[in-house]
Amino acid sequence: MACTTGRGITRIGNFSRIWSSPCRGLQTAVHDQSPPQTKSVNLFSAVNQALHIALDTDPRAYVFGEDVGFGGVFRCTTGLADQFGKRRVFNTPLCEQGIVGFAIGLAAMGNRAIAEIQFADYIFPAFDQIVNEAAKFRYRSGNQFNCGGLTIRTPYGAVGHGGHYHSQSPEAFFCHVPGIKVVIPRSPRQAKGLLLSSIRDPNPVVFLEPKWLYRLAVEEVPEQDYMLPLSEAEVIREGSDITLVGWGAQLSVMEQACMDAEKEGISCELVDLKTLIPWDKETVEASVNKTGRLLVSHEAPVTGGFGAEISASVVERCFTRLEAPVARVCGLDTPFPLVFEPFYMPTKNKILDAIKSTVKY
Amino acid sequence: MGSWFARSRSIPYLLKRNISFLHANSSCKTLPPYKSPHGFRERPPASILSFRRLESAMVGKQAQAVAYTDDDGESQSIEFPGGRVGFTTQMEFISEATDKRVPCYRVLDDDGFPIAGTRFDQLDEETAVRMYKSMVSLQIMDTIFYEAQRQGRLSFYLTSTGEEAINIATAAALSPDDIILPQYREPGILLWRGFSIEEFASQCFGTKDGHGKGRQMPIHYGSKDLNFITVSSPIATQLPQAAGVAYSLKMDGKEACAVAFTGDGGTSEGDFHAAMNFAAVMEAPVLFICRNNGWAISTPVSEQFRSDGVVVKGQAYGIRSIRVDGNDALAVYSAIRAARMMVVREQKPVLVEALTYRVGHHSTSDDSTKYRSVKEIEQWKRSRNPMTRFRNWVQANGWWSDQEEAELRGTLRNQVLKAIQVAEKAEKPCLGDLFSDVYDKLPSNLQQQEKSLRQTITRHKQDFPPDVPL
Repeated sequence: MACTTGRGITRIGNFSRIWSSPCRGLQTAVHDQSPPQTKSVNLFSAVNQALHIALDTDPRAYVFGEDVGFGGVFRCTTGLADQFGKRRVFNTPLCEQGIVGFAIGLAAMGNRAIAEIQFADYIFPAFDQIVNEAAKFRYRSGNQFNCGGLTIRTPYGAVGHGGHYHSQSPEAFFCHVPGIKVVIPRSPRQAKGLLLSSIRDPNPVVFLEPKWLYRLAVEEVPEQDYMLPLSEAEVIREGSDITLVGWGAQLSVMEQACMDAEKEGISCELVDLKTLIPWDKETVEASVNKTGRLLVSHEAPVTGGFGAEISASVVERCFTRLEAPVARVCGLDTPFPLVFEPFYMPTKNKILDAIKSTVKY
Repeated sequence: MGSWFARSRSIPYLLKRNISFLHANSSCKTLPPYKSPHGFRERPPASILSFRRLESAMVGKQAQAVAYTDDDGESQSIEFPGGRVGFTTQMEFISEATDKRVPCYRVLDDDGFPIAGTRFDQLDEETAVRMYKSMVSLQIMDTIFYEAQRQGRLSFYLTSTGEEAINIATAAALSPDDIILPQYREPGILLWRGFSIEEFASQCFGTKDGHGKGRQMPIHYGSKDLNFITVSSPIATQLPQAAGVAYSLKMDGKEACAVAFTGDGGTSEGDFHAAMNFAAVMEAPVLFICRNNGWAISTPVSEQFRSDGVVVKGQAYGIRSIRVDGNDALAVYSAIRAARMMVVREQKPVLVEALTYRVGHHSTSDDSTKYRSVKEIEQWKRSRNPMTRFRNWVQANGWWSDQEEAELRGTLRNQVLKAIQVAEKAEKPCLGDLFSDVYDKLPSNLQQQEKSLRQTITRHKQDFPPDVPL
């Protein structure tokens, strides 16, 4: 199923292949032997379910941010204020540094502070609070204090018509900060399990949600409380000629490129990193040692992107196994453009070309 | 204190009464349409014109809500999002300043005598003497630690000289359950709560006994047991966090508040604005205390803001505020006690601006005589000294003597000197503490980096400090 969204960007909606892959390491909070009840839901509803469970299972959990009270601009918090009250689910003033600062204080008192930044493009006023405060809270106090209950949820990435300020993928900025975790889900099922893990993880987490998939991605999601492990990558498609590493919404584009490459006789292995820091180097290393080639793809600009870190690490670890230079198919080094979005994006055919040239190198 | 409560309780009551009064009288009296006495259209009087223009911009129910208020026949009011607002036909701008600056609450005069007619919380002998002793402790610790830095024994230090009254009187007025979110010039709170001179020294010398495991510069104290959240260098970042801490206390129904400190420079940071606004909107029990000491390193307050200091900023955020003489321990004690009571009882923030003067340099990395006159510093040290003022008052009550003063100073001096000597020779935290606490558990990248570093140390031992245990 190929979906055309927004301004003519073709997004691949073939989720059945990716999404139905087994959730490795799935931990259920409910010890029930019967097969889990699942329901077909989209990504924002999966996020909503996770938040619902988080609030329901921990009376010290709070959900807040701009416009969160009525359900949020992406509907992720729908119904939560009605069910859990306005003291636990509430609007905040329009001030990102205030939201994160407030959340750090709340978390430092032993609460689960689940803060929403409406768009990842607007997270920068809170950068100081995240980098200098949240990330160092435990370390600088000699483990006397921590704000591990903090989770910052924020929608990121291209959406077809978002221009400069509703499209960015700022994950690399946060991957340079020891003390926080950065997590990005690829699908509804992943979003629910990874978000619950992030909320319950005793470290501050920046949780980036692929907003293009909020409504577009639909899959069977277990209705119960479950968690997916952080810092564990997942091979979502096995192959032997080249390893592709990505995360979030970009994986569906990469999956399509893998399928097209297969038609040309190239066997691609696709790895979902899921947690960007601290990241699972071992899974990537094992895959590259098998295939001998690596391609990394992300929407963020190529220079200084997290792909550079993966490339360097793989060269360090797999130098003698590599049969071609590491390929990076990423966003251009321009601000995220509106009309030019189809040119800017790391599209399927850009990836396919890179797969072919890497394999032929 | 009784009178305080009576007054502070009455404010919301009066406000409520006024609001309901407005509502009761404003719903039915709409303004009659303007009619020309000559029966044809003509230019209406200015006041009506301005009203009609506004009316034309309204729709449906909103237009119906236009009304006179009973208390002023000339003004009209209308419901806007956020409440009913009166109209005026006069185009008047709110002045950028009031005619008179907000006065400063004071109890003791410059010589330490209570000013006639002043109201304050009477201190008992035990508390007063303990306060004075703590002020002396802070002063002696500052003097000797500062000298130790000048001698090259300590990498950095920052004194609270001139701000001893704010430090100690605030601490004395608070409950030990109140959570402190400090800036960095408030070690007196810790001292009052029982942080020992040895603990201060351990942190400053980065020893294995320091709570911070040698990771931060000197003076970045913190104590979980004493409800004092660890100091971080960035300015004002602790302020919005205080709103979150306070919200937690509120939700837990605690009889405690968050107490957040900033300097005058800190009020220019966005985080100050964020914190004021969040605390007000969330009705978070935070006591914001601004030590307005006149200087943000070398920047004087005249180059920091154009408002009448900090106290006036409270009202813009819907926060009650008071200005107090920060060099008057009795005034600070009384004001903070009253403010804290309001914060805890009424569950909302209060802002206190304590006017003082930074008698010391900003830190040991600063020479303040490069940007202000020695004469000015000396004048504050001599004639507005918070310690002399408080001592005079304590001594006038017959609670303190010159002999006790001499004995205390001698004892403290020896204690601080010994603490420094011990901390100087104490073992540093072990190498593992470099990697621990970044996360709750050591992730694989840090495990690998630790392993690699240990191999490097084995090869190049001479490159690394010998006093860090491996």
